[in-house]
Amino acid sequence: MKDKENAIPRTLPIQSATFTKEVNAEIRRAAATGIYDIRGGGAKRRVPHFDDLLFLGASVSRYPLEGYRERCDTSVTLGTRFARNPIELDIPITIAGMSFGALSGPAKEALGRGASAAGTSTTTGDGGMTPEERRHSSKLVYQYLPSRYGMNPDDLRQADAIEVVVGQGAKPGGGGMLLGQKISDRVAEMRTLPKWIDQRSACRHPDWTGPDDLEIKILELREITDWRVPIYVKVGATRPYYDTALAVKAGADVVVMDGMQGGTAATQDVFIEHVGLPTLACIRPAVQALQDLDVHREVQLVISGGIRSGADVAKALALGADAVAIGTAALIAMGDNDPKWEAEYQELGSTSGAYDDWHEGRDPAGITTQDPDLAARLDPVEAGRRLRNYLKVMTLEAQTIARACGHNHLRNFEAEDLCALTLEAAAMAKVPLAGTDWYPGKSGF
Amino acid sequence: MQTYDLAEKGLRGLNSILHAQDEETNQTSWEVVNPRGSHAIAVGLDAPLEVIVKGSTGYYCAGMNQGATITVEGSAGPGVAENMMSGSVVVEGDASQYAGATGHGGLLVIKGNASSRCGISMKGIDIVVHGNVGHMSAFMAQAGNLVVCGDAGDALGDSIYEARLFVRGSVKSLGADCVEKEMRPEHVDILKGLLDRADLHARPEEFRRYGSARKLYNFDVDNVADY
Repeated sequence: MKDKENAIPRTLPIQSATFTKEVNAEIRRAAATGIYDIRGGGAKRRVPHFDDLLFLGASVSRYPLEGYRERCDTSVTLGTRFARNPIELDIPITIAGMSFGALSGPAKEALGRGASAAGTSTTTGDGGMTPEERRHSSKLVYQYLPSRYGMNPDDLRQADAIEVVVGQGAKPGGGGMLLGQKISDRVAEMRTLPKWIDQRSACRHPDWTGPDDLEIKILELREITDWRVPIYVKVGATRPYYDTALAVKAGADVVVMDGMQGGTAATQDVFIEHVGLPTLACIRPAVQALQDLDVHREVQLVISGGIRSGADVAKALALGADAVAIGTAALIAMGDNDPKWEAEYQELGSTSGAYDDWHEGRDPAGITTQDPDLAARLDPVEAGRRLRNYLKVMTLEAQTIARACGHNHLRNFEAEDLCALTLEAAAMAKVPLAGTDWYPGKSGF
Repeated sequence: MQTYDLAEKGLRGLNSILHAQDEETNQTSWEVVNPRGSHAIAVGLDAPLEVIVKGSTGYYCAGMNQGATITVEGSAGPGVAENMMSGSVVVEGDASQYAGATGHGGLLVIKGNASSRCGISMKGIDIVVHGNVGHMSAFMAQAGNLVVCGDAGDALGDSIYEARLFVRGSVKSLGADCVEKEMRPEHVDILKGLLDRADLHARPEEFRRYGSARKLYNFDVDNVADY
């Protein structure tokens, strides 16, 4: 008793803010295995995002529209610059490219079903186009990737648009790897490779380098398809001003800009978290490039990477985008990371909401797998219905905000509708800090 | 034989009229004059046409060919016969880089030399080069055959998958995971058939065969120095 009374007070154990539990666990994992961590998804770190922006809404100087009574249209047309048949969408929310191989057959079918029911497009991925995907997608964008897995002129001609993929936001400058455990007989056949081997997707195209070559490549694709379909150029966000300008110079109808929150099927964690730009940071420079070249709205801009809600859609459009693309959010809507599979996520050493070992092919939700038993868990009709509902909710949300800002079409959003909650967001989005008329870089402060 | 003056009538007209020909057409033979190095000549053909280009071409001549027989009476720019599915393409002169890139099928014959990355990512195409090929040829080659009657440059077959490479001359260096392999009777037969199709009088016994060691097929941290 006396000893306790005389004990010297001790400091509490303090966890390092630098060497966190997560950091230490990764150090121990690396030390044990000798290899970097690979995972799916996009950047998980906190970065300035659409949450850091607010809409101002109508006021004395702005006239709102009546919710549920006055029209607020949502359509968008992509590919109006050169294509004879631009893509007309009912909503400005598209489904981003995700491959059959990374995703199961039922998952790809569900994406097509959901997108079609909502009046929008879906996109193929590395590995080519499946007949089921084409059949269930009223508007299908065919990705033209460095690997050219499954690329063929028949599918090219039956696509509604072609997306030349230069990079993606999760790994700009990097290729991909579909690990052997996800290579089923069908995936192997589509990619002309043996079963069970890791399938490397190249980081750059095999037959062109640089914007001058890209211009000729786009010419070739247009000639093959008789100038019928739009040609998109997708880039991972790194140098959005120059990449947009060069894509325009090369002849793109549509520029797709993918921020670092955009997902991937499998890449090194260090790549996902440390390379690229946040989505919020790339929109204004891309729009500026289009404006400087006098092609804003003539060449459409599609933004992707971390789009989750109608508010995100509205903010992207207000900053100058014509449409957005979603990937991770679509998978979640279909059932990815659903808590109902929690016991199985625990068995895999994860938890619902955090499961990202998509490359291992053991997805309990049956989405990021080629295991027939797991894939059978996903009902493509039901998953498609869920995706359709989600797309409709996002659209309703965006319309709600648009009416409050006095806009009768989603395309009428403008940056003036926005303010920023943080200096970083104000600087990136070039909208005033809330309650001020100033943002970093604006002269006259 | 239909004659099309490319300099006078333009590229769009040429590809448009060639695409309009179906398998029942009587206009099966075409001669393209004054190509003057234009890009994307005779791309995306999908009928059994015979097209002769009277001169040299720019990028991607005969790209994605499907069933046509296309002859370039000159040299070809980058990416000749890229992603060819079937049919044949013959280049009387030299070919620039990426010849036959990602091709899935058909036969590409280059009677001169081919530059770097010949057959890159090839997926089933057969390529016969009468002369030499440049560096990084057959990079990530997945399937098909590349026959080189002359010499091969640096890093032949780097990261190769299941394609077969036959070289008669010297190989400056082999790329990662590419090794010399035994030339068994079935390979001699394959090579003989390719040489015959390419109208090339060479003895298969003079060639050596290269292919994948298959050591990099699955990522292994112990092979990291080779990646």
